Amino acid sequence: MVILNTRGSTAVRLGRALALLTLILLATVVVGLWAGVWRIDLTALRIDPVAQMVFFRLRLPRVMMAALVGSSLAVAGAALQALFRNPLADPFTLGVSGGGAVGASIAIALGWGARISGVPLVFVAAFCGAMGAVLLVRGLARSGAVVLPGALLLSGVVVNMVAAAAVLTIQYLTDSTRAVQILRWMIGSLDVVGFATIERMILFLVPAWLGLLAFAGDLHLLAMDEETAATLGVNVRRCETAVHSLCALIVGVTVAVGGAIGFVGLIVPHAVRLLFGEDLRIVLPGSFLLGAAFLVSADIVARTALGGTELPVGAVTALLGGPVFLWLLRRRQRYSAL
Amino acid sequence: MLTGVSLEAPRGTLCAIIGPNGCGKSTLMRLFAGVLQPQAGEIRFDGAALQAMGRRAAAMRIAYVPQSTAMAFPFTALEVVLTGRSPYLSGFRFESEVDRARALEALATVGAPQLASRRVTELSGGERQMVAVARALAQEPSCLLLDEPSAALDLKHRAALVRTLGRLRDTRGLTALVVTQDLHAIDPAFDHVFALRGGEVIAQGSPAEVLCQRVLAEVYDDTHVRTSRVDRRTVIWSE
Repeated sequence: MVILNTRGSTAVRLGRALALLTLILLATVVVGLWAGVWRIDLTALRIDPVAQMVFFRLRLPRVMMAALVGSSLAVAGAALQALFRNPLADPFTLGVSGGGAVGASIAIALGWGARISGVPLVFVAAFCGAMGAVLLVRGLARSGAVVLPGALLLSGVVVNMVAAAAVLTIQYLTDSTRAVQILRWMIGSLDVVGFATIERMILFLVPAWLGLLAFAGDLHLLAMDEETAATLGVNVRRCETAVHSLCALIVGVTVAVGGAIGFVGLIVPHAVRLLFGEDLRIVLPGSFLLGAAFLVSADIVARTALGGTELPVGAVTALLGGPVFLWLLRRRQRYSAL
Repeated sequence: MLTGVSLEAPRGTLCAIIGPNGCGKSTLMRLFAGVLQPQAGEIRFDGAALQAMGRRAAAMRIAYVPQSTAMAFPFTALEVVLTGRSPYLSGFRFESEVDRARALEALATVGAPQLASRRVTELSGGERQMVAVARALAQEPSCLLLDEPSAALDLKHRAALVRTLGRLRDTRGLTALVVTQDLHAIDPAFDHVFALRGGEVIAQGSPAEVLCQRVLAEVYDDTHVRTSRVDRRTVIWSE
């Protein structure tokens, strides 16, 4: 079932999808900037220094952070689903977030301020952890030339469990302040002050996003069948290596900053498919925009649902994502192909 | 593992590849399609080494239909067939109306125009095979590689596929290599037969030369194989 009209060429459908999703994103950003315990109106923003400080130092960076993390996780999820030809794949279910979490926990335990050639150690460590998880899960699920869908998810679950145990061990071994830091970060939060972190993230994320979008055509063919894609001109090994690395970079950076926010990469690509059809050349950029809108919305819920008390945004996405995952699992059972 | 395999498919002919299970037929097709690379030796197409040919250039000449046509995502049949046009698209360009027309024509050629808007995950195995063949035809190849394309097809569509291949050979000069266990469909529709056993070509020639009791008994290691000519066709069975 596709909700919106799928007639017309791919280019026309892509244009229609991008226009609609951009409008949705702009609307959620406006609500995100306005909503919160402190309601900010335009008059106060012009004259009140406290309102200006809240808006420019807290609210705007937070909404931007939500948009960055949401679009990153969603586009990585869409790419991984196509690459593994598995509708249940996402950075969280494949253990990529778990791998990134181990890397980031080690970095936090070693000290936030550490850098290698100007790059925060936590980014590097999370990337290495995420990349290790991708390679491990893929290696475990591969049988000859075939990646087994069931083995892929089981491997992801096992890697996540081992990663969780590793993070607990790191928390146990480190001092109490850093253990609390790791715990807070594990839940997933978009708390950010100012733009310094966002600037650093953008340096890594923009090239990775563009790289993934450049592979949209190849991923569209790979989502159907690996052998057929190879005979249609796709360099499968190059595409796999590039998409693995780009997804690991994206997930590593977002996990290092926002924590392990789950299910965004699962829900959003399916919503885009439901709206606009299966073509990856639409699903990838569509997931990018809708992922941003989704996490900005989830963050609005996290900030406002309990009045003065803030919910962890990772808990909001998990509460939404769990039922969607189960619904997809039921739906997948109907696919004779699987 | 294939060793010492040497075969030449003449241009504009229908060639069948037969042999027992596990003899290397599908591996051979993957090698021809460029999915696998040979550890030694080479594959030449129109005199040029396949490995030296660019991927897109090869995709415009050679199309391959694998044995399995299962898919994880519910693409429409038309979306699948349209991917056959991808070697002709440059950079970030999308399919044009001409490409769409070619894809619909390919679906009509295999007798499945009614499947265009259907989801492949909802199709039967036979219908998916027809869509896969249509996708390969949309590539407009001069050489078509089919790995057991009729395994899930019913009697009518099986015969229709062989007729379509014959027509494309006669009208467009198509060369087709078809792995098949459907030995009855070979004579008289095919021009040449290659018989594999244990990773080697042990017999080749016209259908009449290969589909005889002596050769088939050796190919399938089965002394119970019997053949008979009925109505200008070779009928084969094992007692």
